[in-house]
Amino acid sequence: MNGVVITGVGMHPFGRFDGTSTTDMGVFAVRQALRQAGIGRGGFGAAFCGTAYGGVATGHKVLSRLGMTGMPIVDVEAGCASGGAALMLAAGAIRAGQYDTVLVFGTEKMPRGIIRSSFFEPWQEEAGLAATPAFFGLRAQRLAINSGVTKDHLARVVVKNRRHGAANPDAMFQKEVTADAVLSSRLVCDPLHLFMLCSPNEGAAAVVLTREDRAGDSGAAPVTLAGAVLRSHLPGAVLSESTPLSGLVDEAVDPPSTLAAVAAFDEAGVGPGDLDVVECQDTDAARELLSYEELGLCEPGGSAALLESGATELGGRLPVNPSGGLLSKGEPLGASALGQVVELVRQLRGECGARQVPDARVALAHTVGRGANAGVVILTR
Amino acid sequence: MRVMVKEGLFRDGDPPALLGSRCRSCANHHFPRHDTCPYCSAEDPVPVELSSTGTLWSWTAVTAPPPGYEGEVPFGIGVVELDDGIRVITRLTESDPGALTLGTQMQLAVVPLHLDGEGNEVVTYAFAPTAAP
Repeated sequence: MNGVVITGVGMHPFGRFDGTSTTDMGVFAVRQALRQAGIGRGGFGAAFCGTAYGGVATGHKVLSRLGMTGMPIVDVEAGCASGGAALMLAAGAIRAGQYDTVLVFGTEKMPRGIIRSSFFEPWQEEAGLAATPAFFGLRAQRLAINSGVTKDHLARVVVKNRRHGAANPDAMFQKEVTADAVLSSRLVCDPLHLFMLCSPNEGAAAVVLTREDRAGDSGAAPVTLAGAVLRSHLPGAVLSESTPLSGLVDEAVDPPSTLAAVAAFDEAGVGPGDLDVVECQDTDAARELLSYEELGLCEPGGSAALLESGATELGGRLPVNPSGGLLSKGEPLGASALGQVVELVRQLRGECGARQVPDARVALAHTVGRGANAGVVILTR
Repeated sequence: MRVMVKEGLFRDGDPPALLGSRCRSCANHHFPRHDTCPYCSAEDPVPVELSSTGTLWSWTAVTAPPPGYEGEVPFGIGVVELDDGIRVITRLTESDPGALTLGTQMQLAVVPLHLDGEGNEVVTYAFAPTAAP
């Protein structure tokens, strides 16, 4: 089986960019990634484009602008995990020998406000049951019951990630916040306040994957894609990201994030204890803490203690979301997972300046969302 | 006139009932009714009325109108654990999360949402607290 390395990454900052189209942002990120990989027209055998709101043939529109078509171009939609899904497909194709080099990118302009999702039926909207933050609130409430997570813990996650994000020029919010400011922001769905929820927004990210033995001398030190796994949910959990209307009292099923993490660790031949840096889904502050537990970064129920220990802050044993996470960057669905991968490639190369995790060698990216889909990517150098 | 937000979800009677199904193979309950069991893929589950009482398992309130919603805010949303071994996502009649606690006894109710374009009162299922745990 062929090894897979990342030879180039590119990113259009995440934020709000009136007058800049989904295509414009995709072109920006793809150009940067191709330049870094030292390839151009004809340099990749296929392209996968993650997008959820981009519409028909989003990837084609980007590559048509660059005069780079002819190869298979496939749009991939897997909700928040679209980028992880695209990476899995690309890595699998390279490992199988189908292509030597594949371009993976994601680009998105999200509508403003609470995400309106075609996932819900009209009656669910009419009954008020399509309130995405309410599901986050219900999950946060369960985390409070099961793991002793308080509002102060939730605020601390936001303060941490916004401090990290203050050093990231690609983030939407580059200003630190205090716990008081977080707790006095508007209550959206108890226990979640406005500053504890990420903003849907706009942005693009791109990654060039190449067969390890064909990578050659591309300039930047290659980073190995050691694992790229996508999993969907198993039925039974009432608060699953698949947002069912019911579940079982006896829910002995692993969530999709755990399924993906276990498979990715296996694929990469590493475990949670080997990780130096993590980017995880922090759609809301409670989701980051739940991710600690579901990814095996701590024991079940141990997320509050892990946060309190300071381990997940920059300077700690295992910094989580050094980019500032989605709480600082915002979330353009099709681009967010690849944005994490771009950050981790830069971390592994030592390019992150004030937010650099010293001597990072093993990194994990995690996204989970609508579907439900969960993607886990493991990178090494 | 009074119309249900969707036919086939609940019976708008006295007493009301949630319309679910039970798998002939694995015996798990479903809501809403399924034609294939999500837990074992067996087909043709038995239509049943679910228990109209249970206990509160999680709860919050929505403070701003979500997409496509025309009713009043705030309103409660929660998860109620029914006596059938099933947990359901539901509106709550209580919109103050501070007034609820884990394990509160809950009873099924039918509540108004809004008036539709023809002046009909649109109603949906909800759960109301009846006694502290």
